[in-house]
Amino acid sequence: MSGAVEKVRFGFSVNKDRQIDYDANLKNVSDIVQKAEPTFNLCISCGTCASTCTAGKFTDFSLRKVILMVRRGETKGLENEITKCMLCGKCQLVCPRGVSTRNLILQIHKALKTGAL
Amino acid sequence: MNRKIAVIGGGAAGLEASSALTSLGFRVVLVEKEDETGGHIKNWHALFPNRRPGVEVLDALRSKLGSDVELFSGKTVTEIKPVNDRFELSSADGWKTEADAVLLTTGFSLFNARKKEEYGYGIYDNVITSAELESAFSTGKIAMKSGEQPKRIGFVHCVGSRDEKVGNIYCSKVCCVTAVKQAIEIKQYLPDCEVFCFYMDMRMFGRHYEELYKEAQEKYYIQFIRGRLSESTEDHTGKIILKVEDTLLGKPLKIGVDMLVLMVGMEPAEITKNLGTQLGLVSDSDRFLVSTDQHISANISEIPGLFFAGTCTGPKNIADTLADARSAALAIAGYFDNNHNKS
Repeated sequence: MSGAVEKVRFGFSVNKDRQIDYDANLKNVSDIVQKAEPTFNLCISCGTCASTCTAGKFTDFSLRKVILMVRRGETKGLENEITKCMLCGKCQLVCPRGVSTRNLILQIHKALKTGAL
Repeated sequence: MNRKIAVIGGGAAGLEASSALTSLGFRVVLVEKEDETGGHIKNWHALFPNRRPGVEVLDALRSKLGSDVELFSGKTVTEIKPVNDRFELSSADGWKTEADAVLLTTGFSLFNARKKEEYGYGIYDNVITSAELESAFSTGKIAMKSGEQPKRIGFVHCVGSRDEKVGNIYCSKVCCVTAVKQAIEIKQYLPDCEVFCFYMDMRMFGRHYEELYKEAQEKYYIQFIRGRLSESTEDHTGKIILKVEDTLLGKPLKIGVDMLVLMVGMEPAEITKNLGTQLGLVSDSDRFLVSTDQHISANISEIPGLFFAGTCTGPKNIADTLADARSAALAIAGYFDNNHNKS
C-alpha cells in the first residue's frame, strides 16, 4: 500500500493543567485592587461572607474564592463571576476583619475592565 | 542552713526559677552545659510579638540572679541520684554536687531540618532555617548565597511539627507567630521583597499575636497561602520551586522563590531525654517529660523532690516558660512546707 496513512483518532487528549502557575500569572488586577481598596489584604478566608451570601445560595459564587483568585492572578472568567453579586452588603456586615466587601467587588470589576490585558 | 536546690539548665526557665527560689529563701546551684547562660534566647535577635531584642529579656533575667545563686557553666549533668531524700549530681567531667531538691529546666532542641529532606535543607543553597534567619537579622545582612538580595521569600510553617513522618505529632506553638514576626522583619529590611507564608493553620494563640498577623497583611502585604509544602526543587537558575495545594481554592499551586525559610519546631533537648532515661522518668509519645498531673501539678515529677519547669515538658513561649518557672519555685517551697524531707 502506498500513500498517506490515515491518522487514527483514539479519542484521547492531554488535559489542561489544573495547577496555578503563580509565576506565569499576571497580578496586575490584584495590584490595582490592593491600592484601590486596602482592606483587600485583610481577608483571612474564613468564609463568613460566602455563608451569608444570597447569590451564593443559588449559584457557586463565593467572595472568599474571588479574593483568592484575584490574589493568585487567576482572573479568567472572573468578570462574569462577580456579576452574580447583587451588592446587598450582607457580607460587609458579617466580615470579622472589616473588609469593605462592596467596594472591593466594585474595584475588582473596574480593575478587570481596565487593568487586565 | 538553707536548703539547696539544683537547677539544671540556665535558659529562660532556669534563670527565672533560680531568682524565684532565692527570693523564697533557698540556696541555688545553677548548672549550665554551655559557657554562658541564656539558652536559645541568646541566639534570638528579636522576640515576638513586639520585636524587642532578645538580649533585653536575657539581661533582665540575669540581673535578678543574686549572690545566693552559685552558677556552674560548661557542666553537662549526666547523673542525678536520689540518696536518702537528697540528690547527688555529677557531670560528664567528674564535677559533683548535692542538693535537697532538683529542678529540671533542660529545655528543647530545634528540629533538625535535614530530616525533612524533601524541603532541600543542606541540599539547595538558599534553603535556611528560622534560627539561621534570626542570626542573619543580628548581622543585618539578608542575602542569598550569591550575595544578591532575595526578591521573593517563602516561609514554611510546621517543619518538624504536626508531622508523623518525622515522629512529631504535636504543635510547637511558637513557629506560626515567629514566621509572622520574621516575615515583617524581612519587609523592614527589604521593602521590595515579596513574602509568602505557607501554613496548615495559623495558630495565633497568644496576646497580640492576631494583631501581629493583621499587621503583616495590612501594612506589609505578606501573603498567607494555606497549604503544606510537599517538596521543593531547584531550577537551573537557582530558584527554588515550591509545590503546594492552595487548599482554600482546591488547586495545586506552583511558585518560585529566591529563598526558603523553614520554621523549625521544638523537640526535647538531648539532655532532657538523657536525664529522663537515667532517672527512669516517664516520657510521653512526644518524648517530653510527664508531670504527675498536667493541670494541677505540672511542675511535679513522679520522683519526690524532683521538679520540672519550661520546655522540658513541652513547647512553650517565653512568657509561659517564665510563669512555669515561678510556679515550679512555689511547688518546691510547698514540697518542703509539707514536711517532706525534714532536716
